[in-house]
Amino acid sequence: MTITEPEARIYEPVIGIEIHVQLRTRTKMFCGCALSFGEEPNTLVCPVCLGHPGTLPVTNAEAVHYGLMIAMAFGCEIAPRSIFHRKNYFYPDLPKGYQISQYDIPLGTGGRLGDVRIHRVHLEEDAAKLIHAGSSGRIHGASTSVVDFNRGGTPLVEIVTEPDLTSAAQAADFGRLLQATLRRMGVSDVNMEEGSLRMDANVSIRPAGTATLGTKTELKNMNSFRFLERGIDAEIARQEQIVREGGELEQETLHYDPQSGSLTSLRSKEEAHDYRYFPEPDLVPIAPTEEMLERARAALPELPAARAERLERDLELPAETARLLAFRSDWGDFVERAIESRNALAHSVANWATNELAARVGDGDPSATMLEPKAFADLVEMVVQKQISASAGREVLDVLIEAGGEPASVVEAKGLGRAESGELEQIVDRAIADNPDAVEKIRAGKGQAIGAIVGAVMRETKGRADGGEVQRMINERIGS
Amino acid sequence: MSDELLNLTAAQQADRIEAGEVSADEVFEFWRVRAGGDDLGSYLWVADEVPTDAGTLPPIAVKDLFCVEGVPSMAGSRILEGYRPPYTATSVRNLQAAGARVLGKTNQDEFAMGSSNENSGFGPVQNPWDRERVPGGSSGGSAAAVAAGTAPWAIGTDTGGSIRQPASLCGIVGMKPTYGAISRYGMIAFASSLDQCGPLTRDVTDAAILLRHLQGKDPCDSTSLGIPGELPLPTAERLDGLRFGVWGMEEPGLEPGVADSVRATLGRIEELGGGVKEIELPNARHGIAAYYVIAPAEASANLARYDGVRYANRSGHGDLTSMYEQTRHDGFGDEVKRRIMIGTYALSSGYYEAYYGTAQKVRTKIAEDFSAAFEEVDFVVSPTSATVAFKLGERTADPLAMYLSDYYTVPMPLAGIPAISIPCGLSDGLPVGFQIAGPAFSEAGILDAAHALEKAIGFEGVPVG
Repeated sequence: MTITEPEARIYEPVIGIEIHVQLRTRTKMFCGCALSFGEEPNTLVCPVCLGHPGTLPVTNAEAVHYGLMIAMAFGCEIAPRSIFHRKNYFYPDLPKGYQISQYDIPLGTGGRLGDVRIHRVHLEEDAAKLIHAGSSGRIHGASTSVVDFNRGGTPLVEIVTEPDLTSAAQAADFGRLLQATLRRMGVSDVNMEEGSLRMDANVSIRPAGTATLGTKTELKNMNSFRFLERGIDAEIARQEQIVREGGELEQETLHYDPQSGSLTSLRSKEEAHDYRYFPEPDLVPIAPTEEMLERARAALPELPAARAERLERDLELPAETARLLAFRSDWGDFVERAIESRNALAHSVANWATNELAARVGDGDPSATMLEPKAFADLVEMVVQKQISASAGREVLDVLIEAGGEPASVVEAKGLGRAESGELEQIVDRAIADNPDAVEKIRAGKGQAIGAIVGAVMRETKGRADGGEVQRMINERIGS
Repeated sequence: MSDELLNLTAAQQADRIEAGEVSADEVFEFWRVRAGGDDLGSYLWVADEVPTDAGTLPPIAVKDLFCVEGVPSMAGSRILEGYRPPYTATSVRNLQAAGARVLGKTNQDEFAMGSSNENSGFGPVQNPWDRERVPGGSSGGSAAAVAAGTAPWAIGTDTGGSIRQPASLCGIVGMKPTYGAISRYGMIAFASSLDQCGPLTRDVTDAAILLRHLQGKDPCDSTSLGIPGELPLPTAERLDGLRFGVWGMEEPGLEPGVADSVRATLGRIEELGGGVKEIELPNARHGIAAYYVIAPAEASANLARYDGVRYANRSGHGDLTSMYEQTRHDGFGDEVKRRIMIGTYALSSGYYEAYYGTAQKVRTKIAEDFSAAFEEVDFVVSPTSATVAFKLGERTADPLAMYLSDYYTVPMPLAGIPAISIPCGLSDGLPVGFQIAGPAFSEAGILDAAHALEKAIGFEGVPVG
């Protein structure tokens, strides 16, 4: 019988993600106030979202529509009658003393995104924003706290995954796919820094290969994918250390500070609230009609995961390129418009887009430049067919991005057409004759000396010649 | 003319206004002076002048818990003292649109929690029939004002009997419509799944007129439906072919004088051509138990917003928790605190199924009892209250005895169905109420039956002057 020492044991993390998405509806979840984008505090409020006596909530139909779209995007089962509950707790950012949320019958259950199973999708309302004066930055110890109710009542969709993730990197990757998917659907700004996309992670560890679930902790509100990844890694390390030292893990909610890399406890299990959930008597159930379902289905665009798969399959793009284009739908759209039916060109157009074009446009949308998708593909085609050199192509691209137009006329105007072969041969011969030292070195086995001769040819042709072709011609002539 | 107004129903006053025999301004001023002279404690606020446009209907006394823009609306609670809402309740707006102006805000049990009006944060109301007795509650101010002739008509709310029981104890008509008939938007909530607005009036016709104007689907209340179809004014004088199922005549707490008066009314039903038979509502006796779990549970959440953060009164210094505690300690009365505690307990993790879950099952059973009864009869009738008006202070020391005051009125809101209380006689010189309940949205039928009975009974109100 072998006894495995605790320190020798290998642990595997088990991670589930809880996501809150602020919907980009015209009005709030339960009243007619517009959503806030940095307006003066307490200007987008009404008796309903301030929780005045006697007011009643009314469910926002557009939020239900977006909620259905999201649930359908994951292939969730849509509840025929989902209901709202009251989640009771006192806090100054919660004007009614309860949050209206979905509880035991959510909008959608049992879906999937990528290789992660989705447990549930439900609708709820956001809390207001608290600002604390004082050093702590938290309500306890603050000298004064003020509330801005503009955000209060913003529609939220909460998405909960199954604990299917096994590393911090995988969690961040899932987050990126989710963000791209929601962005493509146009249902949210999905901006983590601004809080329209918020992620919490439930983390536990277990001996590798076992099926038990260990004590989990909840990491709150990490506002970038990088912090999400770092926070989870830090928490896995913390849990492993405790277990290796023979300690007991405590179920608690933790806050990750990206500056210091430290984790601090927000509350333990004993301090957990009893939310006293009960069905919200002020609202009727959400019972989606066939028409509502059809409208949500029809509003779903092709989603990033499906698009990546299609680009890889139909256009034979490398997986990484396909994923890049699918996740940035403005780039995917541009490239697909450029290729149109010229599928043979797809690979080159995609490469030029993700390398040359991306280097020039950065994070922007290529459609926002003067470059026409068709002109871009024409340009790539000229390079592929060696009508112009790659470096000439880059020069033309600069012009097209700035001023638009047809690549052929830019080539013509700048005299960038490929050098005639007779002319090129003469130039190569002259360059060899002018650089006897380099020729000696090449013959002596110092291959890199060829650069001097190629450079001379390129200078002479003003870059119109193809570098590879020139090298081939030089090697042929000096017999190396 | 003015003194004559006192002897006219609201409908008759409206006719005089329309005929040009009296101006709306004069009518408003007459009632404003009457309301200002109230010495029963009926009012918490009275209009200080005749409005620019006095409308076409006599003015209306409104229970304090209806929000009226710029007018104190405190739901009878110290925690909302000085609160003037930035908006007006849909029900009140509907009445304003119909031509009735707000005469005043009437006293009530704090947040509608009570059956005697003794739980008001602003003092009790006296019964105009006997000043040592309660007017009933929670719409005690509205009922006393109409009975005493300090309001031509009034509105209140009924959660477990809060319109019908005070109407019964004050000798006037009070109706709780079907849940959803009238918007709840702007009614300061007690128990959201039970609360319903309704009229308190001198006669059945006035109740029908108010109901007509009050009812309707409201985009601000997703549980509102309005009353489908026409709501004609009641004209019936006979009850031929109608079947009345009587219930609860053998209850031990039923006062003999009340039972006699109700039995006499059953006799009148038969004289008018109606049929009377005894029916059973096997689960009705569990109504009080279920009600006192469901209503406090909902109230415990509805009253969480009174936290001192945004409006009305804040007390306490130091940290957030002390502010919450002191504000709610100072602002709420004992009965409100008791119900918040009961409701919070009933919803707590580990107790939810046993209390709230069971109460909801009982609620379903009671609704099924009524459905079964309406297979056999058109209306279910009973006393409205087991007793006539009781003495001030008589039940305040015993919450359970007070809760039992709602015995006959609680099953209907639990089932969501409409019911009316009309005065049917006196017992020891105090009014007795007769309750008629019908299936959901049978308001027109209930009003017609009540109208025929009212004619036959010929009840005379409290002598006022």
